[in-house]
Amino acid sequence: MEISFLQELSEARGPSGFEGEVRDLLARRLRGTVDDLSADTIGNLIAFRKGSGASPLRVMVSAHMDEVGLMIVGAESSGFLRFRAIGGIDPRVLVAKRVLVGKDRIPGILGVKPVHLTEASERRNVIKIEQLYIDMGAKNKEEALAAAPVGEFATFDTPFSYLEGHELGDHPHGRVAGKAFDDRVGCFVLASILDQEYPFDLYGVFTVQEEVGLRGAQVAAHAVFPDLAFALEGTVCDDSPKEDDLSPTTALGRGPAITIADASVISDRRLVDLLIDTAVAEGIPYQIKQPNIGGTDAGAIHLSREGVPSVALAVPSRYIHSPESVLDLTDLENTIKLLRAALGRLPSTWNTRQDQGRNQ
Amino acid sequence: MTTAEFLKAITESTGVSGYEKLVRGIVQEQFSAYCDEIRVDPMGSVWGIKRGTVGGRRIMLAGHMDEIGLIVKKIDRHVIRFTSVGGFDDRILPGQPVWVHGKTTMPGVIGMRPPHLMTEEERGKVIARDDLFIDVGLTEEQMADHVRVGDLITLRRGYVELKNGLAASKAMDDRAGVASIFECLQSLQGLHHQWDVYAVATVQEETGLRGAMTSAHGVQPDAAIAIDVTFARTPDTPEIGTVETDKGPGIARGPNIHPAIFEGLVETAKKLEIPYQTEAIPGRSGTDAWAIQVSRQGVPTGLLGLPLRYMHTPSETLALRDVERCGRLMAHFIAGLDESIIGRFRPSLPQE
Repeated sequence: MEISFLQELSEARGPSGFEGEVRDLLARRLRGTVDDLSADTIGNLIAFRKGSGASPLRVMVSAHMDEVGLMIVGAESSGFLRFRAIGGIDPRVLVAKRVLVGKDRIPGILGVKPVHLTEASERRNVIKIEQLYIDMGAKNKEEALAAAPVGEFATFDTPFSYLEGHELGDHPHGRVAGKAFDDRVGCFVLASILDQEYPFDLYGVFTVQEEVGLRGAQVAAHAVFPDLAFALEGTVCDDSPKEDDLSPTTALGRGPAITIADASVISDRRLVDLLIDTAVAEGIPYQIKQPNIGGTDAGAIHLSREGVPSVALAVPSRYIHSPESVLDLTDLENTIKLLRAALGRLPSTWNTRQDQGRNQ
Repeated sequence: MTTAEFLKAITESTGVSGYEKLVRGIVQEQFSAYCDEIRVDPMGSVWGIKRGTVGGRRIMLAGHMDEIGLIVKKIDRHVIRFTSVGGFDDRILPGQPVWVHGKTTMPGVIGMRPPHLMTEEERGKVIARDDLFIDVGLTEEQMADHVRVGDLITLRRGYVELKNGLAASKAMDDRAGVASIFECLQSLQGLHHQWDVYAVATVQEETGLRGAMTSAHGVQPDAAIAIDVTFARTPDTPEIGTVETDKGPGIARGPNIHPAIFEGLVETAKKLEIPYQTEAIPGRSGTDAWAIQVSRQGVPTGLLGLPLRYMHTPSETLALRDVERCGRLMAHFIAGLDESIIGRFRPSLPQE
């Protein structure tokens, strides 16, 4: 799948609860590729790929469509909008950034008092989200709320960019920057691997509301009732130079990151081993994500019904949950390669459950 | 019984999370007048089922009937040391009248050392919960016969009507939500509705939305509305994140809320000229709606908020008109439900 589709995914806008634009983009791309495409009531997009019949398994691979964003909660009489975060945002990344408000993409500025007017002591304090505001240029409260009513969303205004040294072509490499790689890069991986048939039935689930509590994955896993699951992520990469470098979490360019355990799940060891064995056999670089940091849809999926063996696999991304994240295209390509190969090596006898009680 | 009388009766009744028996009895009896069937589920939530003219589709209304309370932690000579069930600001507790539900239900007061005996520095500090105690007037020798560790304690404050149709009581959170469901059931008597209505008074909301979780699993609704209290503006609250008293219920919007339910409630309010306020909730709503939305394969859920002043105190204050408006709004929304909304629950996908 060409990298320009990653750009489209990154630039599409969809904070938790407002994923429509991303869902439509994916649906258009997958229509004709998969055997069935449907949406459930919470907004998950479920792409079904019928298996060859060689394996009785039902496999779910998920990636979440939502991103962190902002929600309008009111306006000042002067026309400045007040907002809160949708999902986890460190307010320090917001100051003086640009956003797009609502479906109509109204440009807005996260304003800040000029440095000239601040005291030295003031400049040491973090500006809280309650103090920040969006300036759309509105003259008063009425004009502001007519354009952006209470409950409207806003996203970072971040055009996708190719960084120095990148190459496209058959094997794209080098680095790119953009918003929402968490988890549009997972969506990209999932959309890519849906282009072929597997021995088993494959449910590619593009979930909603991961950033506010893994909510879409929870209901999708209940509906799909898979035998096992893979959750795809754009995960934390904290590999900037530090004096005591104990916690890079993952490192850019060192391959797909396999989760053994994070705050939401202890991955099924058989699936961890499947990924590692596949990587070794195929000569694909991989890394183990440092344990106990973050959480993914696997946290909800593995607890669905009587339990679903699950593992999380991620493309390392620097600066996630900020307006600009950075990833390595070789990591992306290797993640797709690893997942394809691992799915191909899935044993067809996987303690499949008796086919009972599948209808809820 | 009018809705105001019902609200008085249930707020003055007792039902700390997990121990909703007394208030449940009143709800069962009063709901039964307007429902075809009453059930109590295994966790103790009450379902009032009112059949629709077509049936097959279910809407669940959820208001929680549990209240926050205190619980006996230790019998310390002639006084009771306690902890809480649900969230309290400990600063409201000194001097507070309570009921201690021991062998019998006994009046008590939350005592503290007289300030006269404190140093200047001690008087400037909030009194820690462990330095507070409850005195029911018994002697050290009598205590063991009357009170045991684990006995529940509720706030001892009755219902009072204030000016301009406002009312104050303990446990308006969320008995006022239950009362708005009662109002809705009454309004539905004069309306035709196709869908079956499951009017549910849930348990254990304050300790983790647990009754709503299990009730939603049991009811398996096609859609749901949770009704809870929300923050009304007072001189000490911020303007953002609060609504105004007596300006109609809050209709919530955000990831927890299905857009079709939000829009349906707004359209209904506009059509009936019922005032309403939009509430932006960017994530976890902390209400029954949060649990119901992800039940089984997902339930399209809405949330109505009754503006409430002084939440989690013995004098939670609201406008009775807001309770009435909320009930009427739900009834007319329900009366308008047919198969067409089902099509709006699943996002349509582009076909090309």
